[in-house]
Amino acid sequence: MVNYILKRLLMLIPVLIGVSLLAFSIIHMIPGDPARIILGERANEASILALQEKLGLNEPLYIQFLNFLKNILSGDLGTSIITNEKVTYELLISFAATLELTIVAMIIAVVVGIAAGTIAAVKQYSIFDNLSMVGALVGVSMPIFWLGLLMIWAFAYKLGWFPPSGRLDVAINVPRITHLLLFDSLLAGNLNAFKNILWHLFMPSFALATIPMAIIARMTRSSMLEVMRQDYIRTARAKGLPENIVVFKHAIKNAFLPVITVIGLQFGILLGGAVMTETVFSYPGLGRRLYLAIMARDYPVVQGGILLISFCFVLVNLLVDLTYNYIDPRIKLE
Amino acid sequence: MSGFILEVKNLIKYFPITKGIISKPVGAVKAVDDISFSINKGETLGLVGESGCGKSTTGRCILRLLEPTSGQILFNGQDIAKLDSLKMRLLRKDIQIIFQDPYASLNPRLTVGDMIAEPLRNFGIGTRKTQEKRVQELLEIVGLSPYHTSRYPHEFSGGQRQRIGIARALSVNPKLIVCDEPVSALDVSIQAQVINLLKDLQKEFSLTLLFIAHDLSVVKHISNRVAVMYLGRIVELADYKNLYREPMHPYSQALFSAIPIPNPRLKKNRILLEGDVPSPINPPSGCNFHTRCPQAIEICRHQKPVLKEHKTKHLVSCHNLNFQQRRCTGTD
Repeated sequence: MVNYILKRLLMLIPVLIGVSLLAFSIIHMIPGDPARIILGERANEASILALQEKLGLNEPLYIQFLNFLKNILSGDLGTSIITNEKVTYELLISFAATLELTIVAMIIAVVVGIAAGTIAAVKQYSIFDNLSMVGALVGVSMPIFWLGLLMIWAFAYKLGWFPPSGRLDVAINVPRITHLLLFDSLLAGNLNAFKNILWHLFMPSFALATIPMAIIARMTRSSMLEVMRQDYIRTARAKGLPENIVVFKHAIKNAFLPVITVIGLQFGILLGGAVMTETVFSYPGLGRRLYLAIMARDYPVVQGGILLISFCFVLVNLLVDLTYNYIDPRIKLE
Repeated sequence: MSGFILEVKNLIKYFPITKGIISKPVGAVKAVDDISFSINKGETLGLVGESGCGKSTTGRCILRLLEPTSGQILFNGQDIAKLDSLKMRLLRKDIQIIFQDPYASLNPRLTVGDMIAEPLRNFGIGTRKTQEKRVQELLEIVGLSPYHTSRYPHEFSGGQRQRIGIARALSVNPKLIVCDEPVSALDVSIQAQVINLLKDLQKEFSLTLLFIAHDLSVVKHISNRVAVMYLGRIVELADYKNLYREPMHPYSQALFSAIPIPNPRLKKNRILLEGDVPSPINPPSGCNFHTRCPQAIEICRHQKPVLKEHKTKHLVSCHNLNFQQRRCTGTD
């Protein structure tokens, strides 16, 4: 088991090198020069050249890439061209915000999705089944920015139940230790702040949860339907087990494998930052940070961000594989 | 009357065929079409017939794993076809089933120990300790080792899995076990082991078995009486000796003439039936065997024959039994 994990972690290295090469070449293929953007339209050639030299942009591309790799290996992702902050620091802060949002969204998605999918499967063709599957279809198809705007209009503007943007009220101060604010507020023992943060999280996390929720519900339903037809479910009934034990003990566990896969993939995708959701709700997460960096040609931030995202994705998938091993005794990892 | 542990009366199971989005019923598969039989305490009733004749459906209806369309199923005099789901659940302690496919019928996520102990826990039999002991006992009874409890089904071979299935069925000390083709998925040498195991267990625990199979020699080996099914109906029901020696229904005659005898010199008089089994969606009128029966007469086309006692304890459902048996002699 430990060997397996080590092997998988070692495999991260070629993946990350490949990703960084890709990230590097793509960002450099986008037209636009950061030096020109920083100095503005009316800058003269001499100052532009000087800034290019200072940022190392005058070197040939392969040298720039090698420098980039060298810096990564020493744990340094460079400095943001625009804000002059350490990229690592900037990314980690926005990543923490995204992580918080993602975890809350995934909890909503998993709880609602699995419950809806299971009930829909057990009561196939019932009104609940039809309604929830239509709901899931709507959830998958609804563009998030649209749903987000609708929610802001309804719940923030008209009803005033939830704040339209941000992570917490400006008046509230929380010492930022982990930058996971829910956690920080608890550490500080500030329940008021905790509530306020949850309150802010509600709309973006719900908007973010719609698609995974719908996918999880549909996956759970189809997987459960398949399992409920299996012979061993008949065996369980023949044993004289009550139906809820048949469903919860015998069926759900067996139906879980594909659902776990989907949950893992969705989690990985969301960790990469929900550009739409974060932008609509002005949530200072990784997606929004990257979007801003791309618009500003902030090369180091973009490259670092892509690296971070792919790192998370691979890690989440490793976790999923480890979960398989736990869930299904027939799967042996080596 | 009191000798019967199970009496099935006029059992019917139709599977509706539906069409279109509004699921309009357009017909029905008549899987089991009005059958009646009874099983004495401690005996083994074999139920034979070709694929699709309704054997397994009958077995599953008896356990209410399928809801019978109509008919009575009397278990110790109590009609279980009418029990509500809670009472039926409690009754499952007394009626167990061994399934055909040992690969698909065991939950891959449960250890063998959990699987066998689950019915005990479910019915609250014994404490955790005694349950554990019982599981180990059962494993030994079916010829597995007590240390197998913590293993998962995929770690066993087909024959071992079927033994697990048997141990599971035995765990609650049932009075009746429906064996739904328990050996057809196993290879021949294992079949014999499992059959002999069932026979021994029956003697030891005075079990009553309904043994469903399509393998005639297996059925002969284990059964006291045998019922032959064709297209959802029982055509003949008799003591196994009489039936195998002297089948009376033309379908049984054809069926039993097909048993291979391991002697190359012996010339066999095989009765070859013409045509295929008609569809159970639209079975022939009258006697549903008349389309293929070599001795069909006019009345067979119109009137359903009744299962009647023609000799002592030899029930046959045929209009034309007096017909002198016309067997093709030694030409093939």
